[in-house]
Amino acid sequence: MTDIGLGHYLTLGAVIFSIGVIGIFLNRKNIIVILMSIELILLAVNINLVSFSIYLDDLTGQVFTLFILTVAAAEAAIGLAIIVVYYRNAGTIRVEEIDNLKG
Amino acid sequence: MMAHAIFFYAFSIIAVISAIMVTVSKNTVHSVFFLILDFISISCLFIMIGAEFLGMIMLIVYVGAVAVLFLFVVMMLNVAQQKNQWFISKENSGHIPIGLIISTIIFFELIIVVGGWKYKPELLSPTISQVSNEISNTHSLGQVLYTDYIHIFQISGMVLLIAMIGAIVLTFRQREGVKKQSYLKQISRERSDGIEVLEVASNKGVKIDD
Repeated sequence: MTDIGLGHYLTLGAVIFSIGVIGIFLNRKNIIVILMSIELILLAVNINLVSFSIYLDDLTGQVFTLFILTVAAAEAAIGLAIIVVYYRNAGTIRVEEIDNLKG
Repeated sequence: MMAHAIFFYAFSIIAVISAIMVTVSKNTVHSVFFLILDFISISCLFIMIGAEFLGMIMLIVYVGAVAVLFLFVVMMLNVAQQKNQWFISKENSGHIPIGLIISTIIFFELIIVVGGWKYKPELLSPTISQVSNEISNTHSLGQVLYTDYIHIFQISGMVLLIAMIGAIVLTFRQREGVKKQSYLKQISRERSDGIEVLEVASNKGVKIDD
């Protein structure tokens, strides 16, 4: 219990990943919360990479975490820009009212 | 080892609870605040485990830039007042049990993977970029980042540039009826356009702006 190993960190990553997936599936509010759930998922991936990198003594995981950070920032910027444009055109970003594609 | 365990459980419990609050809180502003708390506790975990450069970068990039961007968009779009219910209507909530089942399956698959990698003994074989104990984490990351991974590093710079251009192009809007400065009009103005010399008759004056 007091000996924290790689499994503990991986379990934490799995828990946060699942919470992010639940947040995407069950979202009834607006798209911004969906984007935040995507950030949570990327954070869980980062936890996995960093903990493997530390426990296996290999720097590659940390380097790729840096690149994931870059991609996450770019994704947040583009996604929020799309949301702003959609709100300007449609006047709402609630998930239930965005049904233009009838999906 | 005991202190490590205590800090790990404290930070991870805070992280998990705030991750749950991100998804279930009714106010979007509260969701952003819990997202910030989540990032801060995870970066504390990173610093604790020995990846201090990534922890600090995570604080700067996520808490300093991404979360503030989220807050800014929430403020701008005026969605803070939409305190919606989690379940808006009964007939529209048929996907909720399926979503929960699929999420639980994903979670248990990840847990199985966590247990399964232990039975692969050659996973711990030495790799190319070993961590050395003499230099700090930031130093060693810089040594591999600018030599072995320089092309990926530059490509990630291009990704950021294209994201910036894309965000500007998407949100750029030319409005009607906005008074602007026209440099061409200003520098092509002649003296004869601006000044007119008139003969002023006495006791009559000059009519301006006709």
